[in-house]
This record gives sequence, C-alpha cells and structure tokens, in this order.
Amino acid sequence: MMALPDLGPLWLTAQLAGVTTLVLLVVGTPVAWWLAQTRSRLKPAVEAVTALPLVLPPTVLGFYLLVFLNPSAPLGGLWLSATGSTLTFSFTGLVVASAIYSLPFMVQPLQAAFEVVGRAPLEAAASLRAGPWDAFFTVATPMALRGYLTAVVLTFAHTVGEFGVVLMVGGNIPGRTKVVSIQIYEAVETIDYATAHGLAAILLVFSFVVLLGVYTVNRRFPVHVG
Amino acid sequence: MGDLTLDVALRFPAFSLAVAQVFPGKGIAALFGPSGCGKSTLLRIIAGLERGAAGRVTHGDMVWQGPGVFVPPHRRGVGYVFQDARLFPHLTALDNLRYADRRARGVQAGYGFDDVVDMLDLAPLFDRRAGQLSGGERQRVAIGRTLLARPRWLLMDEPLAALDTRRKGEILPYIARLPAAFGVPVIYVTHALEEVTQVCDRIVALAGGRVVATGGVAEVLERLDLADVQGRFEAGTVLEGRIGAQDAGLHLTRVDLRGGGAIEVPQIGLATGQAVRLRVRARDVSLALARPSGLSIRNMLDATVLRIDPEQASAFAEVLLDLGGQHLRARVTRAAVADLALVPGQPVVALVKAVSFDRQALPRG
Repeated sequence: MMALPDLGPLWLTAQLAGVTTLVLLVVGTPVAWWLAQTRSRLKPAVEAVTALPLVLPPTVLGFYLLVFLNPSAPLGGLWLSATGSTLTFSFTGLVVASAIYSLPFMVQPLQAAFEVVGRAPLEAAASLRAGPWDAFFTVATPMALRGYLTAVVLTFAHTVGEFGVVLMVGGNIPGRTKVVSIQIYEAVETIDYATAHGLAAILLVFSFVVLLGVYTVNRRFPVHVG
Repeated sequence: MGDLTLDVALRFPAFSLAVAQVFPGKGIAALFGPSGCGKSTLLRIIAGLERGAAGRVTHGDMVWQGPGVFVPPHRRGVGYVFQDARLFPHLTALDNLRYADRRARGVQAGYGFDDVVDMLDLAPLFDRRAGQLSGGERQRVAIGRTLLARPRWLLMDEPLAALDTRRKGEILPYIARLPAAFGVPVIYVTHALEEVTQVCDRIVALAGGRVVATGGVAEVLERLDLADVQGRFEAGTVLEGRIGAQDAGLHLTRVDLRGGGAIEVPQIGLATGQAVRLRVRARDVSLALARPSGLSIRNMLDATVLRIDPEQASAFAEVLLDLGGQHLRARVTRAAVADLALVPGQPVVALVKAVSFDRQALPRG
C-alpha cells in the first residue's frame, strides 16, 4: 500500500503561485504597457532587466535575494522594523522571490499582446470621449485578453515549478516555506520513492491539464481582431 | 457653434506642415489634396493626436492647444471617422454604438440614439462584430458611433477610400446630410474630386503641407492655378442648376443652369425643380465663335471669355468662361486660341459633351 503523501506543501505551493500571480498582474501590467507604448531609449535596458530571470541560474538569483533581503541588509532591516518579521525564510519572502523569478513570464506575453492592440483602437476610444484609464480597461484589456490568459497560466505554472530560488531564500520550513518541489527533493534524498512518485505524478498531470486547457481555449475562442 | 481656428506647424524629417486657417462651424469643408500633402496630419492635430505640433488650435473661445495648454483628445469632443473604421473588434456593432453613447451622457445635442440608428439604417447590423461587416457597413457603424459621442466637430479621414464605387455611392448621401440632420460641422479629407463636388460646401486645398487655395467649391475648382493639385485631366468646374424637364423616351434630363442656359445630361432620377451640381472637366469643353451645325455635341452654351492662361511648355491653354454668373473652363490648344483670335470679353459658344456630366450629382439642401 502506498501511503498518501503529506499534502501541506502542495497547498502551500498553490497559495504561493496564486499570490505571486496576483502580485505580478498588478506589477507586470504597467511595465508591459510602458514597454509596448514607449519610444524611450531606455526601452532595451528595461527589456533586458525584465528578461534576466530567464537566463540567470536560480541559485544566482536566490543568492542576491538572500543578500538584499536578510535582516542585516538595508531592505531586509527596513522590512523587519516595519512588520516585525524577516523577509528571508518566510512566506512573504518567497512571494517577493517568486515574483522576481517569474516576472518575464508575466511581462513578455502582455507586452506582445499590447503591441498587437497598438495605438489605433486607443485613438478611436479617445475620439469617443474615453479617457486613458477608461480606454485601457474597456479597449486595451479586453483586446489583450488572450495575452492575459497566457501570462497568468505561464506565471502560475512557472512559480509552481520553481526550486532553486525557493531553496536559497526560503529554506525548508514545514507549513511556511516548504513547497512541493522541495518536498519531492527531500523524499528522493531520504529514498522515500513512494512519496516522490505520488507528488511528481500530481505535478505532471497538473501541468499537462493546465497547458491542455490553455491551448483548447485558444483554439475554441479565437480572439476577434480585425 | 464655434469656428475652428488653426495656426499650427509640424516638422518631420522629410516633410513639414504649416497651416493657418479658419474653419467656419457649419456645413462640410473639404480638406483636399494629393496623397502625402498633410491632410491626415492636419486632422490629427485638430483631434489632439499629434502632440509634436506647435502653435494654436481654438474652437470658439475654447483654447485646445496654445502656449502651455494642451487639451487631451478625449476632452476636445472631436469625433474622428478613420479610414479603416477602427470598430472595437471585441464588441458587437450595437455595443460599439453604446460605447460612444454612454460616454456622451450630459453632452447637449439635439438628437438621440434612435435618430442616428434610423438615419444610417444600423439596426440590422446590431448583432454583428466588425469582422462580420462589409467595408461599407463598417464605415456606417463607425460614422454612427462617432455621431453618438455628440462631437463638436466631425473629422472624416478618407472614410470611403477603402470602398468600391458602388458602396461610395451608397454612403455619400448619408454624409451630405450630416450637418443639417445633426447640427455638426464636418471636415472631410479626400483626394477624390467627385466626393468634394458631391458633398462639400467649401474647399481647403493643401499641397506640400501648405494651404494653396480656399473658398467655395465652384470658386476654388475654377481657379486655374489649382490644376497642379487636381491633376491636369481632372481640372474642371462645377455648375449649379435645377432639374428642368425629363425625356423618358431618350433617357435625357434637362438641367436649367443658375444664371441662364440649359444642358442635357443622361437621365437623373430626381424630381423636377430639385437642385443639382454638375461637374464639367476642362478637357471636355471646346470653343466655337458661332453655333456650328452638323455636330453630335448637343450642349452649346453662350459664354464670354474672362481670361486665357497658356500653360508653360505645353501645347495647351486654359480659357475661363463666364456663363451668366457661373464659370466654366475649357482646355484648348494654344494654336486654337491664336486661330480664333480669342481675347477677354469676347462672346463664344462653349461645346460640352453630354457624357462628361456627373451622373451621381446629389440633391443639395
């Protein structure tokens, strides 16, 4: 008989991915909007910075986050004195790390979607008395809906799959920072293959179902443009 | 209604625009000129879509752009009908119309949602999205949507450019009626002369980013120095008149010209007494000293020579004629001018080919 593995880390992972996705929706949208609209010479530099997490080893990212977020660093210290808890080895710290780690997965699909929308529909909206915010929410956002779907799903799934950054910044504290990828690693280390099999299968099926869902929706509801 | 006063300049690397012009706040003004002369750019400046422009834009006593002032496009209340319609693809035609209507609540206008829908016959299109509409239907919805924003000015940027001749003929009558029906002044950008003569009251002619002529349609079109804007072969004049008699058997309509004289055109399906405009191209007018006989040309009009302009380095000259107060242009060879010994003040007979009249001449209000 295979014992049911501890599902706590799985739940924590879902929470982390959900919160990270929400944070990135709020942070990533204006960044992507700016990149899609700007004619600034700074654009390539900002694009390079947002794409960095794609190429840096997670351990490098995790190392720098540890350096900046620990309580003796200015940022980490400020957080500690403001909230009474540390950023490192906490759920909040994991959200910060995950948001940075998954940033390109939110920004790049959104930027591409906003670029497809272009200026023309926004000019039309302005000529119909719609202000910039109004036009953004009633024209740009609905027209970029497929970009949002892609960005949200990729961000969520990518956060579920992270390992190195979490290990560096969060450690392995049950109920606080022990996510499912670390639980699998731990199970393999202790030769608990039954647990590793169960959790790995859950992640595999989850990832497949999510991607299948995205591709099906994209096929069945083509975005009306033109 | 306020007049629109412009004194603006805009520089691009390969092109510059400088225009000082007043558009009276009524009727339809044509912004006319060849492609790339700056017509659309000028419209975009009026709408507030070109932030790089320098100078002043005022509507009545409202300053839209000036030193330290730039009213953003959504606060100007300028409606803009784009060449490519720009309907919102995620909304149905009805929701596109409602989008504008909702944002114009509280704006004083003498018409409602149903007035626009009825006038443009939009109800049958309500449930369709932009992708399911034909080009002409899209433009009708776009015009309706813009009207529902209750604009102070209606700017139309070659709204018919993407349509074939038949569809143009369907939409032009709607456009001609807009100022009277909705009390909104229109600036209509086009490089098509037939659209100007059919719907516009006034012309502002642009070339190379500068205004080269401005005035009433007939007045501007007869000016010879405009020939380069219009293109040699399109140069011509507009004659105004009323439907006289109809000959159903021969499919002919007689048009009595304002100021005297009459001409026959292929039958126009309009009521007797209806006012019409006819366009006569200069190349379709020949001259004679007396009424000739044995000719297939039936339209012979008594006229007086006003002016003779020989073209530089060309075999041709353009002769401006007076026709009981209206003007007509004839393009003849310089040799003919010499042979006939034409001089200003001389009475002549203008021979006009019946086929050269504009069949689509529209009723004028």
